[in-house]
Amino acid sequence: MTQAIEIAHLNYQYPDTPRPALRDVSLSVASGEWVAIIGHNGSGKSTLAKNINGLLAPGSGTVTVGGELLTEESVWDIRAKVGIVFQNPDNQFVGATVADDVAFGLENRGMPRPEMIKRVDSALAAVNMTEFATREPARLSGGQKQRVAIAGIVAQTPDIIILDEATSMLDPAGRQEILSLIRELRAARPLTVVSITHDIDEAALADRIVLLNDGEIVETGTPAEIFRHGEELIDLGLDVPYAGRLKAALAQRGVAVPAAYLDAEGLVDYLWTLHSTM
Amino acid sequence: MDITFDHVSYTYQAGTPFAGEGLQDISVTIHDGSYTAIIGHTGSGKSTLLQHLNALLKPTSGTVTIGDRQITSETSNKNLKPLRQQVGMVFQFAENQLFEQTVARDIAFGPKNFGVPEAKANALAEQMVTLVGLPASVLSQSPFDLSGGQMRRVAIAGVLAMQPSVLVLDEPTAGLDPAGRRDMMQLFAKLHREQHLTVVLVTHQMDDVADYADHVLVMDHGRLVKTGTPREIFADPVWLTANQLGLPKTTQMAMALQRRGFKFAELPLTTSALAAALLPQLPVKAGERDE
Repeated sequence: MTQAIEIAHLNYQYPDTPRPALRDVSLSVASGEWVAIIGHNGSGKSTLAKNINGLLAPGSGTVTVGGELLTEESVWDIRAKVGIVFQNPDNQFVGATVADDVAFGLENRGMPRPEMIKRVDSALAAVNMTEFATREPARLSGGQKQRVAIAGIVAQTPDIIILDEATSMLDPAGRQEILSLIRELRAARPLTVVSITHDIDEAALADRIVLLNDGEIVETGTPAEIFRHGEELIDLGLDVPYAGRLKAALAQRGVAVPAAYLDAEGLVDYLWTLHSTM
Repeated sequence: MDITFDHVSYTYQAGTPFAGEGLQDISVTIHDGSYTAIIGHTGSGKSTLLQHLNALLKPTSGTVTIGDRQITSETSNKNLKPLRQQVGMVFQFAENQLFEQTVARDIAFGPKNFGVPEAKANALAEQMVTLVGLPASVLSQSPFDLSGGQMRRVAIAGVLAMQPSVLVLDEPTAGLDPAGRRDMMQLFAKLHREQHLTVVLVTHQMDDVADYADHVLVMDHGRLVKTGTPREIFADPVWLTANQLGLPKTTQMAMALQRRGFKFAELPLTTSALAAALLPQLPVKAGERDE
């Protein structure tokens, strides 16, 4: 399979800081894969995202996106392939209307107007915001704002979308809204997703979880493998899955529970089977 | 200090074509020493209600009684300062309000504004920094050199330094990582327990409501549609779902277990309550049963 993102021995240090923000990070993300990057605040997650589309330039090491090495010359090509949705929806609007805002990136790339109109319409349809096309972005709910931000990215048909804590400022309904949208987009066409998150439900959707700590990759695994950490997860920057919490409480009270990770449904099944042996 | 709403309505931009109902006929008392959670989806009037707790907004009709002060549409904006000192308000993303050159000066700013002498205000800053769990070494640092979670603690310390008797928190953990959220919620629980602060919490996190609050107000379209203990509120999952409100994770799990055949006299709200309710229904290794 082709690699969407190939990071080799990446180091990065912000000016005037005593310690590097990223240390010898190597990571391959396959085309079409969904990778979640977790880690507590300050672990280097956002720095990593910004290195992938050249918002920051590596101190040493290389970043290759879609087979193209990231350099000063290739950065604009690469940005066309990678869209980032940031945390705060209010910080990423430039247009007076929703449609203008979605068109902004396309205008910047000098796209002919008829093609642009088509792209804006289909991007707004993809995120279910067609009826809001002429509205003012400031008057939308948080979830709707993030949808518009995603439409702006979808319009540019990138191969890779990075969600940089894109759901963390939304209420639970808005969060669900965005996660199901990403799933729909992936069902419609191949899309590589890198999501930086503290949200256990968002991380659970990934094919693979990468755990960062103090600028280093300390572990990678499937959600089930990573969730086995139980209570430790909270110090690793993620919530503890509820099933894990209940399992620990039952174990403490002398109930035999399996060491392996179980999701909620799995735990209900297990407990019912156990009950049936009484 | 009790805060009582008596038939309070509030209209935004009253008398203009943009007039909109913010609150409609709210009557409720937030009792001294209670921990009250306010829930409701976005736009339900939670923040409008909060702003009446220290007269940042005045009712269009009805009366808000804060301690011994009555606030009506007629109340003058003068002499509201004591209320602002008694009811400390921590807004969403409170760290955005930091502005001073050092943490110490930022925290001392509030009390000084209320006429506390400089030396006393500085002493309060030192005391509050420790109370919110930050090392004293941050006092001389710029607040802008701290992490997001630390900055929020400084902002909260600034509110506590005014020594309020009511602490109002508008989604205080939004945007924090899980460890930060846990620590922050434990800090408020400690302030409630040890400093006997009345706490009013606006939140979308039903787990926090179940774990910490003793009273819940549910808002919808500017109306107060339900009040009760967390147990009373979460006893009606169908109603909550219909009103776009979630359930605590424990309650969701208990319902899944119930559908499978487990029996609960009442739906548990906390993990330990659920584990305890399951225990008699599960085989336990000999000699290990707790009770």
